[in-house]
Amino acid sequence: MAYNVVEVRGAVKHFGETHAVDGVDLTVQAGELFGLIGHNGAGKTTLFKMMLGLLPATRGEIRVDGQPVRGEAFRQVRRSIGYLPESLALYDNLSGLEIMLFFARLKAADPRSCLPLLEKVGLADAARRRVRGYSKGMRQRLGFAQALLGSPRLLFLDEPTNGLDPQGIREFYQVLRELREQGVTAILSSHILAEIQLRVDRLALMRTGKIQALGTVHALREELNLPLDFQLTLRPGAEEPLRQALANQSAASVQFNGETVHVRCPRERKMAILDTLMALDGALLDLQIREPSLEDVFLGYSDATV
Amino acid sequence: MKTYIEFKQIGVIASKEFRDRIRNRWVLAVAVIFTVFALVIAYFGAAQQGAVGFRGMDVTIASLVSLVIYLVPLIALILGYDAIVGERERGSLELLLSLPITPFELLMGKFVGLAGALAVSTLAGFGLAGILLSYQLGATALYHYVGFMLSAILLGMAFLSIAVMVSVMANDRMRASGLAIGLWFFYVLVYDLLLLGILVLSQKRFSLSFFPVLLYLNPADIFRILNVFGFEEVRKLYGLATVLPATLASPWALGSAMVMWIVAPLGVAVWRFK
Repeated sequence: MAYNVVEVRGAVKHFGETHAVDGVDLTVQAGELFGLIGHNGAGKTTLFKMMLGLLPATRGEIRVDGQPVRGEAFRQVRRSIGYLPESLALYDNLSGLEIMLFFARLKAADPRSCLPLLEKVGLADAARRRVRGYSKGMRQRLGFAQALLGSPRLLFLDEPTNGLDPQGIREFYQVLRELREQGVTAILSSHILAEIQLRVDRLALMRTGKIQALGTVHALREELNLPLDFQLTLRPGAEEPLRQALANQSAASVQFNGETVHVRCPRERKMAILDTLMALDGALLDLQIREPSLEDVFLGYSDATV
Repeated sequence: MKTYIEFKQIGVIASKEFRDRIRNRWVLAVAVIFTVFALVIAYFGAAQQGAVGFRGMDVTIASLVSLVIYLVPLIALILGYDAIVGERERGSLELLLSLPITPFELLMGKFVGLAGALAVSTLAGFGLAGILLSYQLGATALYHYVGFMLSAILLGMAFLSIAVMVSVMANDRMRASGLAIGLWFFYVLVYDLLLLGILVLSQKRFSLSFFPVLLYLNPADIFRILNVFGFEEVRKLYGLATVLPATLASPWALGSAMVMWIVAPLGVAVWRFK
């Protein structure tokens, strides 16, 4: 039976009149890569801080590794947690290696692991340089290396790819994949939905402090029943035959956008639309079928709420 | 839920704070300032009486007391006002507190590290001046000088404790620095004038027995009394000190009051920081 590393039950956090987190129920299983998405101010960072015991809940209960997020028992749990905050601030007057050694001492981690971790995130050459001279991407890599100190079993990564270039993003997810294979659980938030949609096992969509949707990307797509998007490139003069052919397909909508034509239809009409398009015999130069993206899901839930 | 104190965590934070001050030459700069000022004041301290040169320890300490009262609280407040609010404003505080360290340990680590830096610079600065003066001073004079240095360290720690409290309570660094300077202004410049003003205006309606207690409410006054009561000659120079009854003027009572001035603001800081 899967073990719930994180359990959030009816968590509420009020800042005066503002309900930053408003009755959240959530469980994250061991070994899971869990995504937390939502617009700015949705409550993701507040929930992160509550799960880390940095902000006490106004109401509700949060347990990490079976322990309430306070007291001596949670201190021990913290030794096996890695955290990369959204707004990462490090000590500019220290070198990358010195910062790693400082955090290693606080986490009672092996100081000999500092250099290998810096190598892992691509900072071996800059290890002895002062952080003052680091780029934003390098600081983010250092923050990630710091989170990996002490071989954590649970990672909280708030906007972890902030400031990373495409190569850095790829390397970050490569490391995360390796950690996951070793059984590490990771909870990450990101604004870049395309980046996490193929990488997370499950995700929660937050809106105004509440969990609006929870599940796998596939399940959320199914729940919203978002249409498939056929992107067509037509031969000149083929617009009218296309219109006529699709006129009988009542569930399909057609939108002309320059040289590209978008035909949207419910998932269950996919084969019927495909047959119709194939029957146009040479009118098509190109055809792509696009599944609804996580961004579509996100916007779909936003529209649903509105 | 009970939480135990891990002294190792306090040590990690304290050693970082201390090493930061060594590395950025803060300790060296403050020590040099203390040495130079101490030597200059020791040499020119009696200029008002028409003489220059190194005099007896009583006159030297009387001159240095004024220097310490102005300089040490200011340095301690500047050193400590940023301790917590700076980490909070930069965003590094939440990362620190996500680690297996309690707010108490973090705060104590900060205080111990900064107090260490202040103590080393005070000892080095005034110690060097003391060594340079020692060839013309006897053993008793040196004993008094050591007492003066230790009380200067206590004074620094009292104001450092106040600064850390300010750092916990302030919302941003700007306010913390303003508050720190305001407190220095109040305790070092305004407080004694205020007491004298009250004494004059009240015209005996204000009980003289209550007056010495008010001196205990200012660590700078405690430091002044602690150092001037050892010397008969100097005592005569300080009208305020003479109103103190013998029990309140004992070094133990004054030392304990100074320790309270270190503990109480830190206690408030710990309570608020939790």
